[in-house]
Amino acid sequence: MDRLRVATIWFGGCSGCHMSFLDLDEFLIDLAAKIEIVFSPVVDTKEYPAAVDVCLIEGALCNEENVEWLKIIRERTRVLVAFGDCAVTGNVPTMRNALGLNNDVNVLDRAYRECADNNQGIPNEAGIVPTLLKRVIPLHEVVHVDLFLPGCPPPAGRIKSLLVQVLEGQSPVLEGANIKFG
Amino acid sequence: MAAITLTIDDKQVSAEDSQSVLSIAQEQGIAIPTLCHLEGVYDVGACRLCLVEVAGVNKLLPACTTKATEGMVVRTDTERLRKYRKITLELLFAERNHVCAICVANGHCELQTMAYNQGMDHVRYDYCFPKWDMDLTHERFGMDHNRCILCARCVRACWHIEGAGTKNVAGRGARSHIITDMFQPWGEAESCTSCGKCVMACPTGALFERGSTTGEMQRDRTTLEFIVTAREKKQWIA
Repeated sequence: MDRLRVATIWFGGCSGCHMSFLDLDEFLIDLAAKIEIVFSPVVDTKEYPAAVDVCLIEGALCNEENVEWLKIIRERTRVLVAFGDCAVTGNVPTMRNALGLNNDVNVLDRAYRECADNNQGIPNEAGIVPTLLKRVIPLHEVVHVDLFLPGCPPPAGRIKSLLVQVLEGQSPVLEGANIKFG
Repeated sequence: MAAITLTIDDKQVSAEDSQSVLSIAQEQGIAIPTLCHLEGVYDVGACRLCLVEVAGVNKLLPACTTKATEGMVVRTDTERLRKYRKITLELLFAERNHVCAICVANGHCELQTMAYNQGMDHVRYDYCFPKWDMDLTHERFGMDHNRCILCARCVRACWHIEGAGTKNVAGRGARSHIITDMFQPWGEAESCTSCGKCVMACPTGALFERGSTTGEMQRDRTTLEFIVTAREKKQWIA
């Protein structure tokens, strides 16, 4: 049997969910025989490939680039997994949303002008620095999400439980404390 | 008080005619999910988690404020109820800014626990992201309106267990919020006895002991039970 084509990516997140993925420890060796990582921050592919079976997406949608990527990923992926609380709920990155309509401008002002000792000024380079969204949103506000894997981060056992079910060809079910936020 | 007979989930049970459907179900070991219900204070039906189906009534009724009647046929766990409980929970999460990962009550929160017990793995509604402040003017306790679900447990504990009447609900609709005294900062509320019963009654991380950090705010409900037992049974036992 061909190995499952798996991708991972992070948007507005802290990479903690990816760290938790690495916490799968020796199960990663079993996994390597069954899946092929075709795209991920941990491999060096620049372009998102076609015909991906599963993509784990960490992080909330914070800027326009995140949204563009998400749409491409949705087109080329069979099973899209919201990986961790930021992807599922928006979580910590959404805290700027409560700061009002101009929060996207205000947070940059705060970080790059008010709190900067040197080189005060907002980074701005068309085509390189993506524009922030007016409000941070979870993935399912933009595309259809097939599976939700909550947790900040989801513990390795929870990730394993989902992956094992996907590998066995089931449609995965997570229940009870396995869908706990936070 | 007259005895009545009713049916809950196909089980014939007898009860007193003054009892709520919730209290009868609890006596019978039938679990109905609740959030605003708190032992020792009267029920208000604020959270809508305990909705049940009553034969002959089209709308769903809150078990906590519905008095049992002779021959009543109640169902507490149907597909329709599960659907509405999930919707209710999702709306509670969407209404304010609940960020479990950084909450003092993470791991000890009744809202968080209820969500995963009812199978809520995401919120299908757009989040509101309202602007709410924190009240950190009290020397021992804090209030974070972002995490409040307006269950009014704190209000009822303050009025009816402690008897201080410091906490109240002000405003209407989505701008309803918990206030202290005449909408003064908590630290300046003269009627507050600093007993902390509101903090112990809170189901989420909205009320907390100052200095507690993520996951550290655990409740000790015995501080409420002590007074309630004394009042109801005239026994000063913890």
